[in-house]
Amino acid sequence: MSTSVSIGDSTQRAARARRTRIVSKVASQTLVHAVLIAGAISMVMPFIWMVLTSFKDIGEVFTYTFKWLPSRINLDGYRDVWSEIPFARMFLNSFIVTTAITVGQLITSALAGYAFARLDFPGRDVIFMIYLAAMMVPHQATLIPSFMLIRNLDMVNTYSALILPFIAGPFGAFLIRQFLLSMPRSLEEAAIIDGCSRFRVLTHVVLPLCKPAMVSLGLFQFMFAWNDFMWPLIVTTKMSMRTLQVGLSLLRAEISTEWPMLMAATVLSTLPILIAFIAAQKQFIESVASTGLKY
Amino acid sequence: MPMKARGSHLHSEERRTALLALLPSMAVFLVFTVYPIVYSLYLSLFDVSLLGGARTFVGLGNYIKMFSNTDFRVATANTIKYAVGTVPLGAALSMFVAVLLNQKIRGRTLYRIAYFSPVVTSMVAVAIVWIWLLDPYYGLVNALLGKVGISGPEWLASPRWAMVAMIALGIWKSLGYNMVIFLAGLQDVPVEYYESAEIDGANAWQKFRYVTLPLMRGSIGFVMVTSIIKSFQVFGQVYVMTSGGPMNSTMVLVYYIYRQAFEFYRSGYASAVAWFLFAVILVLTVLQRSLLKAQD
Repeated sequence: MSTSVSIGDSTQRAARARRTRIVSKVASQTLVHAVLIAGAISMVMPFIWMVLTSFKDIGEVFTYTFKWLPSRINLDGYRDVWSEIPFARMFLNSFIVTTAITVGQLITSALAGYAFARLDFPGRDVIFMIYLAAMMVPHQATLIPSFMLIRNLDMVNTYSALILPFIAGPFGAFLIRQFLLSMPRSLEEAAIIDGCSRFRVLTHVVLPLCKPAMVSLGLFQFMFAWNDFMWPLIVTTKMSMRTLQVGLSLLRAEISTEWPMLMAATVLSTLPILIAFIAAQKQFIESVASTGLKY
Repeated sequence: MPMKARGSHLHSEERRTALLALLPSMAVFLVFTVYPIVYSLYLSLFDVSLLGGARTFVGLGNYIKMFSNTDFRVATANTIKYAVGTVPLGAALSMFVAVLLNQKIRGRTLYRIAYFSPVVTSMVAVAIVWIWLLDPYYGLVNALLGKVGISGPEWLASPRWAMVAMIALGIWKSLGYNMVIFLAGLQDVPVEYYESAEIDGANAWQKFRYVTLPLMRGSIGFVMVTSIIKSFQVFGQVYVMTSGGPMNSTMVLVYYIYRQAFEFYRSGYASAVAWFLFAVILVLTVLQRSLLKAQD
């Protein structure tokens, strides 16, 4: 009898302890959510404000009586973007440049990464170290001579000028090399014994295995090329060759009062990246985290 | 004998493939990194216009001129101010968010998307949005401040507040990036360490201070280095939002280089400043790396 009481007692106590634990856990979780939500709202508020403004009427924008929502969905901004500024051309330029850089990077990085990881040639590791050290060279330090070179080659205002400097880079080669080093070589060796050329091994055996690393690199380059600003600013002078980023920065100075249209242009220019990001957020975030690997 | 012939044939095929595979990367590397960096060092010794014309050898003249130039000093001071404003606070905030997110809570994915979205959007786009947010009369920030009875400053038009706005934008833009690096680091902290700390009666802060922090040294070092380097390279937001003003209060090094080279066409002098920046970044990187190595 006394034992059964004490057992009941201890189970009751345990239950009470569990309950307090759960209650305190729920309380702390609620607190965590409250903090995280407050933070998240401040992170996305600029985007929300951008979208809300883009639907507003110009009169509603310049008013001292503050209002969150537009009184009606006004699409003037989205219409004017196409007629009042060369938005289509800017978009097309960005699209061409970004696609070319991304595809180029994928090809050159796969080739270089494969050579550094799998092929044996004199000076391989020294060349790789030097190439890798180039990641420390800030873009600004090479800007002036690169521009002079482009100008002397008469390539100002060309797609080549916008694309060529970024068509290969140490980061991509590094990413693919590291990925390959973590993979077993047995499949490739079997293919070589079967008489495959190294190049065929790369295209038929290695590349399909590299898909995750290639996706990472592709997303990263897409983001980088779409958003790049300083180089396109310097090597383009004609509006017809401006990319979105350069065009927007110049338009903002010219049409600084037409906020609904400017916000509409900004919404449209960030849409491709935001859509890609939300669709593939896991890979996107992993791809950025993988840049942390280099240290 | 035939075996050896076949072996060396394979070997030469391997080398040929390597050469061809590296050709595009090395060509870009030589033309757009090696040649420019060397040539800009050479240029920095000359008084020369970007538009061409005569070049006069001035030796270290550009460097001497640079250190005695008031605008250069202001730009350096502002760059340091920006770095000091963004790096420690940015790292602390992103660490805080990462620790909160590093547990089984609902909506992790949504939170990650929210915090990360500024990272993927272009600086030009967000800078334009921020100009509008910070508009003294019609902007959201001052409207919200007004609701709690604060009359907000003129932000980008104010020499006192423009840099504060730049720093806030910088922290906001890179918080998600640092958070992701920290989250990756936190995944590597063994759960057992926390469990045994709990058994020893450690509270949340003690667990963070004595378990998380020491084990996160690598990630913290990485975030610090990349953040400092990025803060020294700040350009886009300055170009779009303030053009270095008002009254040079947001004049930073890269914007100064841009202006000297592409607005005043002083390519020799601008190259000297660019090399100075390069040297600073190099020293910071090497210093931080050896510090990290020494700790391990």
